[in-house]
Parts: sequence; structure tokens; C-alpha cells
Amino acid sequence: MSTDNKSKADAYWADTLKLLWIVLAIWAGVSYFAGIFFAGALNSITIGGYKLGFWFAQQGSIYIFVGLIFWYAARMNRLDQEHDVHED
Amino acid sequence: MDLKLLTYIVVGLSFALYIGVAIWARAGSTKEFYVAGGGVHPVVNGMATAADWMSAASFISMAGIIAFAGYDGSVYLMGWTGGYVLLAVLLAPYLRKFGKFTVPQFIGDRYYSQSARIVAVICLIFISFTYVAGQMRGVGIVFSRFLEVEITTGLITGMGLVFFYAVLGGMKGVTYTQVAQYVVLIFAYTIPAIFISLQITGNPLPQLGLGGSVASGEPFLNKLDSVVTQLGFGAYTLGSKSMIDITAITFALMAGTAGLPHVIVRFFTVPKVRDARSSAGWALVFIAILYTTAPAVGAMARYNVHATVNTAVSSGGDLFAPEAALKYEERPEWMQRWEKTGLLKYEDKNGDGRIQYYNEKSKNEAFLAQAEAAGWKGNELNVDRDIMVLANPEVAKLPNWVIALVAAGGIAAALSTAAGLLLVISAAVSHDLLKSVFVPDLSEKGELMAGRVASAVAVLIAGYLGYNPPGFVAEVVAFAFGLACSSLFPTILLGIFSKRMNKEGAIAGMLSGLTFTFCYILYFKGIFITPMAENVPANWLFGISPEGIGSVGAIVNIVVAFVVSRFTAPPPAHIQHLVEDIRTPRGAGQAQAH
Repeated sequence: MSTDNKSKADAYWADTLKLLWIVLAIWAGVSYFAGIFFAGALNSITIGGYKLGFWFAQQGSIYIFVGLIFWYAARMNRLDQEHDVHED
Repeated sequence: MDLKLLTYIVVGLSFALYIGVAIWARAGSTKEFYVAGGGVHPVVNGMATAADWMSAASFISMAGIIAFAGYDGSVYLMGWTGGYVLLAVLLAPYLRKFGKFTVPQFIGDRYYSQSARIVAVICLIFISFTYVAGQMRGVGIVFSRFLEVEITTGLITGMGLVFFYAVLGGMKGVTYTQVAQYVVLIFAYTIPAIFISLQITGNPLPQLGLGGSVASGEPFLNKLDSVVTQLGFGAYTLGSKSMIDITAITFALMAGTAGLPHVIVRFFTVPKVRDARSSAGWALVFIAILYTTAPAVGAMARYNVHATVNTAVSSGGDLFAPEAALKYEERPEWMQRWEKTGLLKYEDKNGDGRIQYYNEKSKNEAFLAQAEAAGWKGNELNVDRDIMVLANPEVAKLPNWVIALVAAGGIAAALSTAAGLLLVISAAVSHDLLKSVFVPDLSEKGELMAGRVASAVAVLIAGYLGYNPPGFVAEVVAFAFGLACSSLFPTILLGIFSKRMNKEGAIAGMLSGLTFTFCYILYFKGIFITPMAENVPANWLFGISPEGIGSVGAIVNIVVAFVVSRFTAPPPAHIQHLVEDIRTPRGAGQAQAH
């Protein structure tokens, strides 16, 4: 691999990792933080007939996971294009 | 129409559908056999992955566990869905770019070591057989209850069917059959849930119904909390497990999911890297339909059981009034049917001919005094949590065709997972052991044959395990996830994200993570030996139960791998190039055998 290609690949990888950390932060935020660590505190808020902490643990985290993967896939597709490493 | 006849018709029709699909999509090459030719559309692949993933445990047991564990059951909901986020961002696209057939093959190539590959095969076979035994048992239970045949007959029918499409069709046959099975199982799961949600809360969407209100206007969950706490149980929406344990179990299930070979291999079947990312999203969409319904099914089933045996539950009267408890003589038909299976038991401890169902082990003195004052002499009803989903339509008095559909759905869930597992076992044996280690000059035709023979043998072993369940099927679930979480997941992860990780580090990490987790579970659960310590929180390391210890095992794996790799030679240049190559999507060809 030439030096030019190498720095190109490194830039792509750095951007990929940045996005990865954002995704993992949201992933941990809705499950471990909202659904477990702060579930007790959030339970004092209710939406519909749900206590919020309980809702995150049994419903909300799952919906957000789904959205998160599609958002990640779309962002990655854009990154692939920007760094010109996309598949044909 | 008679329920039994109707069940035969519905289950028979579903079988005919699977066989038809299997014949239409049989495999002609090793590539079709292992990765369905690598040309499966991401949405189709997502649906097949969902059916593959949702086993008899998801379909039959999970809502039942949630029903009795309440908030603590959230570990399964978050754990078994959150793993797909890890798959989508950490593993799937890179493994797809790597473009080979099996998980041990990735580990063997990345760590330039046959030993690493063999260690991975051993992990894979252990994890997969653990699972498949549970599936076969599930098939047996559904058959014996709904078709009223011997459990053996049920098992043999199930084995024959799996044999037919897994052995002939390989990954291609299995993928398309799983799509059909997904459709059957999701209807079977959601239709009763919709009816029950309507009955209790008036809302047809169970996801909203769970947050809805009962007829009196009180939010359903508050009503449930108040009923169960009055009967001495813990509040439904609050947990009883420690926070650290809940966290550890959730992580072990998430990373375990992402490390399960039969799930990972699904992402080898899509045409492109970008498809691997979106396919994980589609898989989770199809899984989420069931997983967001399950908490509603669990909570409402729990409510229905209490409402059936205590008339004061729905009327809002005094739960302790003598006439509120249901007379045993007047118990509904479904209770009589499940009593025959032994999964529901009644014992009239105070001799009043009525059913008192409450938590006799409550630590609340005031409650116990109240129960005693009411003349209750102990809990009189035992409900096995595995019957909650299966009995649900009967409890809610739904029409017979719904009950028949649930039977077909339970069988679909078990069969689709069993087939996916058998396939990774056969690929590991024929591809990773025979072809790469023992008989390197095996022809493609010979390998295809070996793959078929291996899955045939695996079906027989699975059937045997289902017939003679090692008394520990429930316990070994902890094993399967713990091992996947502590061995395969960190090793694959490091292989992609650490260029410096070498053979020595990976093998040392895998073995130490595996050994640590294995020994910890053995120490408390004593699966082959007598447990060496009582399985109670006071004895646990950091208060983490055997179910969650895979999380610590994963950390052990990573730490050991890093330390060892720093003291040994870095991987050769071509391996570092391989890692750089799998990080960029361009140039992902079709999946290759060699």
C-alpha cells in the first residue's frame, strides 16, 4: 500500500471509530444508564401508564437500538462515499 | 372443529410449506451450502436471521420468565436485542469483508494459527449443541401437549423435518425456510397478544396496551403492581436483583449474542459490506416485533393468572375474602388440561376446596400475618413459567384456531433455530476440521457430502439430547452465552480493532476467558460435578451471578490478550495488511472458501 493510500485509509478509519464511539455511547446510554443505573430515578416520571425507567428497560431501549443501527448504516454509507472506499 | 384436529391441520400445513420451500431452494455447491451463495437480499436475510435467533426459549420461555421476574426480566429484552448493535458496528461488516465461510476460519486466518482455529471450533460446537438440545426439547413439549402424541414421536417428526431441509438445503434451504418460519411464528405470537391486550386494556397494540389502563381507569402496570404486592410478591416494575448483577447479565447476553456463531454466520450470506450493516438493522426490526410484544404478554399473562384464581383482582374487592378465591371444582378447562402435563399443580393445604395463590416466602411480616388471619396455610398453586405463552390463548378464551397457530409457531421457532445451529456445527466439522486440518485435499463434492453427513450426525445427537435432556438444559444457557461472551466475541473484536494483536495473545486470551467462565459456572452450578459453593449472592465474585460472569470473562480475555501480545512478537506484515484490508469496504468480493 502506498503512503498516500495509507493516510487515506487511516483518515477513513479515524472517522469510522469516531462514529463507532457515538453509537456505543447511545447504546449504553439507553440500556445501561436509562434502563438500569438511573431506572429508579426515571421511574418517578411516567409516560402513558409506563414508569420511564421501566419503559426504557422493556420497550424504549429496543426501539432506539433499531433506529441506531439504521442511522449508523446510513452514516457509514456516507463515510464510505466521502472517503472513496465504497463498493461499486 | 375439534382443537386437536385443527392443530394437526395447521401444523401439517406449516410443515408442507417448509418442505416445499426446502425443495425449491436446495443447495448445489459448498458455497450455497455454507453461505447460501452469498446473494441473499438484506431484508430477507434479516428475516431469516430473526427466525434463526428467536428460539423456543424466546417464543415459549421468555415471556413466562418476564411474567414472574417483572423488571428483572429486562436483562433478556435488552441483552438479546442490544447484541445486534454490537454486531452491526463491531463485527458484521468486517467479517463480511473478510469474506470466508465460518467463524473459526476467521480466527484461524487472522491469528495465522491452526490451534486458534481448533480452539474456536471447540467453543462453537459446545455452544451450539447446548442450544440445539433445548430446541429439540421445545419441539417435544409442543408436540406432546398440542398433538397429544408421545414426546418421542414428536421428537422424531421434528428431527426428520430438520434433517430434510438442513441436510439437503444447507444454508440456502435453511435461509428460505426460516423466512417462512418467521412469518408463522410472528403471527402466532402477536395475534393472541393483540386479543389479550384488547381484553385487558382495550388497546389493540400490546406495546401500548402495557402502558394502557384497565377498565377502572387505573394504569395497567400500577394495577398489576398493587395486586402482586398485596399477595406478597415483589412489585412487578421494580427489580430484586442487584444493579451490578443486572448490568453484568445484560452485558453477557449482549456480547454473547454478538459472539454466537450461528448468528454471525448469517452476515456472510449478504452480497455486500453495506448490506451486512443494514441487514443487522432488519434482523433487529423483525426481532423487535416479538421482543417488544413479549413484556406485554408476560405482564398480562401474570395478571390473567391472578385474575382467574382470585375474583377480587378484576372486581377490585378484598383479595383476602374467603369467597374471592376460586373453587377448585370450578376451575377453567385450561387449568385441567395443563394439570395433566404436571406443569400446573394444585394442593389444597387448608382444606377449603378453594385456590389460594400467593407468595408464602414473602419477607413481609404484616402480609404473612394477614394471610394467616385469612386462613391461608401456604401457596396452593404452582404454575410452571414455561406454560405462560402456550396457555395464554386458552386463559384468554381465544378461539381454537389461535391455539393451533401458537402450536405451529412454537414448533417453527424451535425448528428454525435448530436448523441454523446444525448448519454451523456441520460447517465447523466439514470445513474447519476435515478440510483444513485432517483432509486438506478434500474435493468440493466430498466436502459437501461431509457437511451433509456431519449435519445428519448432529441431528441424531440433538435428538438424543432432546430425548434424554441432561437435567441441566436451563442451566447450560448460562454456559452458552458466557462462553460466547468470554471466548469468541473478544477474540474476533481484537482481531479487527487491534492490528498488534498476535497469535499468542489471542490464544492465551481465549483460553483464559473460557477457563475462568467455565470454572466459575461449574463452581456454583456444578453441572457435571456437585456445586462447590451455594449459588447465593453472598458467595458471588463482586456479587455477579453465574449468568453474568461471562462479562468478567470477557475482560479477563482482553487483559490477558493485551499483556501476552506485548511480550511476544507482533503479527507478520501480511496479517497487518489483512486487518487494514478488512477495515475498508471496497473490494469485498463474494465469500470465498480459501
